[in-house]
Amino acid sequence: MTAQLGAQSGSTSTAPSPTGAQGRDDPLVLAGTSFDSRLIMGTGGIPSMQVLSEVLDISETELVTVAMRRVDPTSRGSLVDVLGDRPIRLLPNTAGCFTAVDALKTARLAREALETDWVKLEVIADEHTLLPDPVELLEAAEQLVDDGFVVLPYTNDDPVLARRLEQLGCSAIMPLGAPIGSGLGIRNPHNIELIVEQTELPVILDAGIGTASEAALAMELGCAAVMTATAVTRAQEPARMAAAMRDGVRAGRAARRAGRIPVRRYARASSPPVD
Amino acid sequence: MTEHSELPEARPSGTVLEVAVNGETRTLPPGTTVATVVGELTTATSGVAVSLNDEVVPRTEWPRRVLRPGDRIDVLTAVQGG
Repeated sequence: MTAQLGAQSGSTSTAPSPTGAQGRDDPLVLAGTSFDSRLIMGTGGIPSMQVLSEVLDISETELVTVAMRRVDPTSRGSLVDVLGDRPIRLLPNTAGCFTAVDALKTARLAREALETDWVKLEVIADEHTLLPDPVELLEAAEQLVDDGFVVLPYTNDDPVLARRLEQLGCSAIMPLGAPIGSGLGIRNPHNIELIVEQTELPVILDAGIGTASEAALAMELGCAAVMTATAVTRAQEPARMAAAMRDGVRAGRAARRAGRIPVRRYARASSPPVD
Repeated sequence: MTEHSELPEARPSGTVLEVAVNGETRTLPPGTTVATVVGELTTATSGVAVSLNDEVVPRTEWPRRVLRPGDRIDVLTAVQGG
């Protein structure tokens, strides 16, 4: 790990819970709502509703993204039914939208269907990279904020774009670590740190996470939460990976709060010198 | 009562109601409402939204919103997604 992890800005000076317990003494606060879990789960790619159910239980997630699509009359098992009985908040996304116009329409439909004004705003540029289109993203974010939505934008790992999104009134910044579903991890940890340092908003590392150590790194860099879908849903054992991600996020958050040692070029003896 | 008032509303006989439902052209009985179309596609009572010609139709309006020839109705629900 080559990234210089900055001093733990934002960490408390009070003694953290000696048990390392997360959540109740250190909630994630998004748009005024508190969550004990700092792991946000996507549901895309889940092999079955049964596996989804296991993953949700084990991950301990409290915020789950869903997409809006045309009703398939032949489909069995409703996602909303699986999620409905749990202490989970649904976060509709605008996945698949290429323009601000499309994203607005999808967000409004999601608001009607799920009775939430929260939206994970995704406006992608092309199918090949699924990278956010910054121009359309800003346009959509501005209109959705004006329309009363709580906007959580999926964005590039660009500190300047993040600043613009904050100025528009978004409620979090969701920079990618790497392209969606790539499992490439966090390609530019320095940019993620810059985004964290400059914003008052929660930063949620979104996309690119492949395994638990990368989720931990995101938290060590100062992210408030991690969102992952593919890394869990397409793992060989999704439930086991869900547990690993849960623990990775906790470990990374605890390390961030604990305040890591500075990086040094040379050794520093940990044992007392010999007389 | 006048003779005029006895004419069925929005049910001109012999009119074919051709609409696009989730992208597929369908011929429906004249007078078909949004609620009827939704009910044919899904039994779900929550988590569903409707757009009619790209405008969201609030759930409360479904029963009284009668489709017109050429309408494009999309019925959407929450599915798996990142």
